[in-house]
Amino acid sequence: MDGLDVERIRKDFPVLSRELPGGRPLIYLDSGNSSQKPVQVIEAMRDHLSMHYSNVGRAHHALGAESTEAYENARDKIAAFIGAPSRDEVIFTKNASEAINLVAYAFGNPLNTDERFRLGPGDEIVITEMEHHSNIVPWQFAAQRSGATLRWFGVTDEGRLDLSNLDELVNERTKVVAFAHQSNVLGTVNSISPILARARQVGALVLLDSSQAVPHKPVDVAELGVDFIAFTGHKMVGPSGIGVLWGKAELLDAMPPFLGGGEMIEAVWMDRSTFAPAPHKFEAGTPPIVEAIGLGVAVDYLTDVGMPAIKEWEHQLTGYALQALSEISGLRVIGPRSVVSRGGTVSFTLKTPGGFDIHPHDVGQILDDVFGIAVRVGHHCARPLHLRFGIPATTRASLYLYNTTDEIDALVRGLHHVQKVFG
Amino acid sequence: MIAESMYQELILEHYKHPQGRGLREPYDAEVHHVNPTCGDEITLRVKVESGKVADVSYEGQGCSISQAAASVLHELAAGSTVVDSLAVVDEFTRLMQGRGTVQADEEVLGDAVAFAGVAKFPARVKCALLAWMAYKDAVVRSS
Ligand SMILES: Cc1ncc(COP(=O)(O)O)c(C=O)c1O
Repeated sequence: MDGLDVERIRKDFPVLSRELPGGRPLIYLDSGNSSQKPVQVIEAMRDHLSMHYSNVGRAHHALGAESTEAYENARDKIAAFIGAPSRDEVIFTKNASEAINLVAYAFGNPLNTDERFRLGPGDEIVITEMEHHSNIVPWQFAAQRSGATLRWFGVTDEGRLDLSNLDELVNERTKVVAFAHQSNVLGTVNSISPILARARQVGALVLLDSSQAVPHKPVDVAELGVDFIAFTGHKMVGPSGIGVLWGKAELLDAMPPFLGGGEMIEAVWMDRSTFAPAPHKFEAGTPPIVEAIGLGVAVDYLTDVGMPAIKEWEHQLTGYALQALSEISGLRVIGPRSVVSRGGTVSFTLKTPGGFDIHPHDVGQILDDVFGIAVRVGHHCARPLHLRFGIPATTRASLYLYNTTDEIDALVRGLHHVQKVFG
Repeated sequence: MIAESMYQELILEHYKHPQGRGLREPYDAEVHHVNPTCGDEITLRVKVESGKVADVSYEGQGCSISQAAASVLHELAAGSTVVDSLAVVDEFTRLMQGRGTVQADEEVLGDAVAFAGVAKFPARVKCALLAWMAYKDAVVRSS
């Protein structure tokens, strides 16, 4: 398959050639949880720590200047990567969770007098049943603080958003709609335009949780037309400890700071403060400097490989995986069974050929201990979605640019073995 | 083939054919325990009559280890005395928390020795102990 030389890419990721105890090769099918890191990112972080490290913004010496430049340079790279009209719209956070909390905190906040963020009894927040807990709990908090009502889109049996009640659900009372760009369980890629169009009609703001989209396909915020997107570094070959909130400049200007501390201020008196403009307004304290730099290099790496090529490779792998898994009797995919509007995250339940349910924890344990196959088992931080499907847990294989069809074949063999153990 | 040693035939047998499953009347105490890391749950009832465990009944959901452990617990505790059954719970707990270094007392544990391999998997120890901790809790509450 052309466009992407997977064997060359695999050589960039040192962990992919390690052996697990007992001589098992590692088969890493858990990138939706967290991705592995290429040597380029590891080396850049090591180099910065060894030779250039200092605090950013406030250290007025040679190292301070180098660190600040590298940190701000990472912001430029990320802004370019997502097509942000301005670098100042890129806010570094700890992860996607913090990015979403930051936005949710701006709603119904007495410090924020902007009408668009006013939230109180009678107002509504709309999310969906397929969200990660990170895009549920912050909105529960916002509703509890303000007295607003939390509502959500349902999910169809196929694992798509049920938009049949869109016009009723998103209405004059709706202040914000927050939903996943791509589901971390179902693999579903949600269609944004109908929801966005309706939100615009009623004057609601729109946040996309792009944690599972930005790593896997070209994302251009100007093209998307939404107000905010959140994503997280560790799922896109970058380090953990760094995430991104992108927001439209004029909204960020209207929003109150989330955390208070050093570097987010303009001036401080004993009884009050004024604040720096975005992005620094939202980056209180010493930021994850080396992690931001690492994410900048991760973005360079993904750009070099090419996001369209990554998308195409994962598309082919996903088609292969869906086909191969569908041949296992007793395996039920939870989510779309075709590759249309779907990413490379495949969750499923498994029975023995005799119809006996095999618990995902048992599936994962045997795949890991016998074959070195790393999958995720459980509810994947999307408990309401699992309740919707009436199952406590699933097994999830999630693919990325470095995975191969051989690894999918190994998964299939592993699952047959699991069935034998419980058969 | 590390995990294979954890999935002993006896454990799989209990998982597929659980003994004493289902919630029954009468009972003195009912408890509900959850393992929040994996979502395994058990509801367990005990009926005690003059120092003897008249019944242990339960309903739950979870992995093979947690469900088989409940079944084995039922076999060992029901019909035994409260004192003896708590001695088994203590020995089982010692085995599970021993990180694979504890020699099990087969005399005391009976079928429960099949879980010895689980002790090497810290993430699964809680699964094995779920029903047993629920039982201990229920016995305390029944008195
Ligand atoms: C869709 C989605 N949203 C949010 C998150 C949260 O990311 P983080 O844990 O880095 O905040 C994840 C990943 O766990 C995710 O898959």
